[in-house]
Amino acid sequence: MSTPDPADIFRIEAAELLEQMEQGLLDLEHRLDDRTLVDAVFRALHTLKGSGAMFGFDRLAAFTHHCETAFDRVRKGLADATPDLVSAVLDARDHMRALVEDPSGDHAEEERYLLERLQAAVSGTSTSPATTIVETPKPAVPDVPTTWHIRFGLPENTFVNGTNPLSFLDELRDMGECHVLLDRSALPPLEKLDPTALYFTWDVTLTTSKSRADIEDVFLFVMDDMSLTIEEATDGAPVVSAALPVSEPEAVQATPPVSEAPMERQAVEATSRPIVEVADPKLKRKVESVRVPAERLDELMDRVGELVIVQSRLQQIAASGADIALRTVSEEMERLCSELRVTMMVLRMVPVATLFDRYRRLVHDLQRDTGKKIELSTDGESTEMDKTVIERLADPLVHLVRNSADHGLESTEERIAAGKSETGSIRLSARQTGGEVIISVIDDGRGIDRARVRAKAETAGLIQPGATIPDQELLQLIFQPGFSTASSVTNLSGRGVGMDVVKKAIESLHGSIDIASRPGEGSTVSLRIPLTLAIIDGLLVRVGEGHHVIPLPAVEECIEISQEEDLRSRGRAFLSLRDALVPFIRLRELFATGTKPDLYQKMVVVSTGEERVGLIVDQIIGHHQTVIKSMSKLHDDVTTFSGATILGDGSVALILDVANLVSLGQEQEARLRAIA
Amino acid sequence: MSDLALKIKAGRDVPAGEIEVLTFEIGGETFALEAAIVREILDLLPETIVPGSRPFVNAVVNFRGKVIPLADIRVAMGMPTAATTIDSRIVVVELDLDGVPSLIGLRTDRVNEVTTLSKANGEPPPRVGLKWPAQFIECLIQREGAFIIFPNLKAIFASKGKSSQPS
Repeated sequence: MSTPDPADIFRIEAAELLEQMEQGLLDLEHRLDDRTLVDAVFRALHTLKGSGAMFGFDRLAAFTHHCETAFDRVRKGLADATPDLVSAVLDARDHMRALVEDPSGDHAEEERYLLERLQAAVSGTSTSPATTIVETPKPAVPDVPTTWHIRFGLPENTFVNGTNPLSFLDELRDMGECHVLLDRSALPPLEKLDPTALYFTWDVTLTTSKSRADIEDVFLFVMDDMSLTIEEATDGAPVVSAALPVSEPEAVQATPPVSEAPMERQAVEATSRPIVEVADPKLKRKVESVRVPAERLDELMDRVGELVIVQSRLQQIAASGADIALRTVSEEMERLCSELRVTMMVLRMVPVATLFDRYRRLVHDLQRDTGKKIELSTDGESTEMDKTVIERLADPLVHLVRNSADHGLESTEERIAAGKSETGSIRLSARQTGGEVIISVIDDGRGIDRARVRAKAETAGLIQPGATIPDQELLQLIFQPGFSTASSVTNLSGRGVGMDVVKKAIESLHGSIDIASRPGEGSTVSLRIPLTLAIIDGLLVRVGEGHHVIPLPAVEECIEISQEEDLRSRGRAFLSLRDALVPFIRLRELFATGTKPDLYQKMVVVSTGEERVGLIVDQIIGHHQTVIKSMSKLHDDVTTFSGATILGDGSVALILDVANLVSLGQEQEARLRAIA
Repeated sequence: MSDLALKIKAGRDVPAGEIEVLTFEIGGETFALEAAIVREILDLLPETIVPGSRPFVNAVVNFRGKVIPLADIRVAMGMPTAATTIDSRIVVVELDLDGVPSLIGLRTDRVNEVTTLSKANGEPPPRVGLKWPAQFIECLIQREGAFIIFPNLKAIFASKGKSSQPS
């Protein structure tokens, strides 16, 4: 394996920092005086600058430095966080991303413009009364030197992260008179010692005219992981006398001589002071996570897939023999495989929140571009989906959100005239039902103008003039390539590209799109997406000589059709099932197997939520864990199957595309109704 | 002559102007494919019919955990059907279909040998007098008085073909 390019590592890190920065800025926009947000953004800027310089992204570091300086002023109370500043830094953030991606490009012009804006945003407030108030008390405090007891401990992996504790000591020393005591009570015996770990805690007595906040600032970037207590000393003397000044080299020496035991004891005594027990409230318990390249996860997934195939083979062998012991092992294997599969799936799952968060910025920009007031709300962010699926949903959702903002929502004046609230709302919602996740984009705009869709479709020759088509089909026409009802082309949408891209993307995920729209009240576009693309639970059936898998989440029930019923239903295409008519498809006929039907035909009722259809098969074999293998390009034209899988005996079974069969059943029903 | 036959893998011990090919028989005719695209030669495998697919790719097989389509040049060329024999083999080739590298199995009656052919002897398919659709043939190479057919796999796989599904 080749070592990853350090620049790539930095790019990944930078992407995360930029993301944090963006979320922080967008939050800050609503809560301008939230100090924690200001700090968060500042920290992201600072880290980006530091890492950027470390990895040779000098231009990025230089540019980021200016933003950092601007934010530092806000943090210190010298300037206010204003919407102007937030928006300037947001744009600067975009520029930083460009610098990360293309460090050698020509950015001078852009940079100058952004820095001017930034300058204006920060200095614009420096004369306002608010800042003068903040500024005046500042110099007043530090005049009287105070003695502080500072105790700080760093996490064991400090050195691994490249933090040097010396720098903190240096910074503290710069503030005033300083005594440092090293507490090495946590140092393990030599045989247990990890030479790369940091086991020390420091007690510092500092007499300085700086404030507590200034001392805290020293530790700003490690605050989340460290323990820190800062106490004002009532009398500095005892601590100083107990403290044993430690020279710098010793402070970082990982393996001190064993003979220094007495000193150690002294340090232990020092730690027995009450402040030791006081943990820093900011100390957050972080969930440890590991970053793994997606391919490795996919590889693992493939292996699990193969294991599942082998397991089902074992199961078949065990079931056909009389060996009880083998059967027990096989059952054990089945349970383990199923658990492993679930764990594997969970590994790949990420909450939709990661997806939804991206649209906050989009809506922010859309507000500016459309001049409309738009509020984005989200729900069901904790719904989890396969990461690959989420990535592939990002673009379609951009189109849908844009479409809602541009076409769906009315202008402020129109909204007031229609008696609606000034601010238009776009809601992103996610929920899980069975084996699929439904992601909806809901707006409270004017709704889809059916008459215009119809007129447009007639002009484009998509439908016959005056033809009656079901409402859902009419609405679905907006997903046709080149279809746009916008009379004017804006730079956002209206070119008629986009919506067909959405349809294609969703179809490639084996999903489907539903549209609901009420004139004057708004539209809802719902994307139904299967949870994962890799493994599904399936029902194995036999039709003629072929084996097929029906995705289990779609199966509603299985019924046996008696011979009389079978005969009676000939020539018709629906059966009555508990007083409801269900259209059905004889798969044997659809697949032209040319075989005789089994004596007792079975019907598997499948549904896609609202619509259902019965599939008549020869035999229901049972539950089957299915590793989905995609069909070759050569079979792109076959829409009845969404994929294939390998059975226990090594033969291939095709996976039925339920959505497609349901619409086939509906069409067939409509045709027969038309005849009748 | 078009690109497939001209595309020669560099670095092999093949004299200039010659290409390394795998020859096989279908319906009594000798066909050849560039050896570089051949992945494997397999005995017959249990096939799964794909209802509704184009007749010349009407089945899939399990090729070591991968589901690959099985194509029949015989059907594409409109040659008469024949039962499989003890010599029948599946030749697995790797082709680029719309930018996706894909493995495809080809049904053959018998696999002959890996040999080298001279490009210079290649001729484009004649416009008239050919039993098979000319667009499916890349070129004909004469050797020892007989013609070896170089099929144009891309053209064959791109062709629509009639669906086997009665509707």
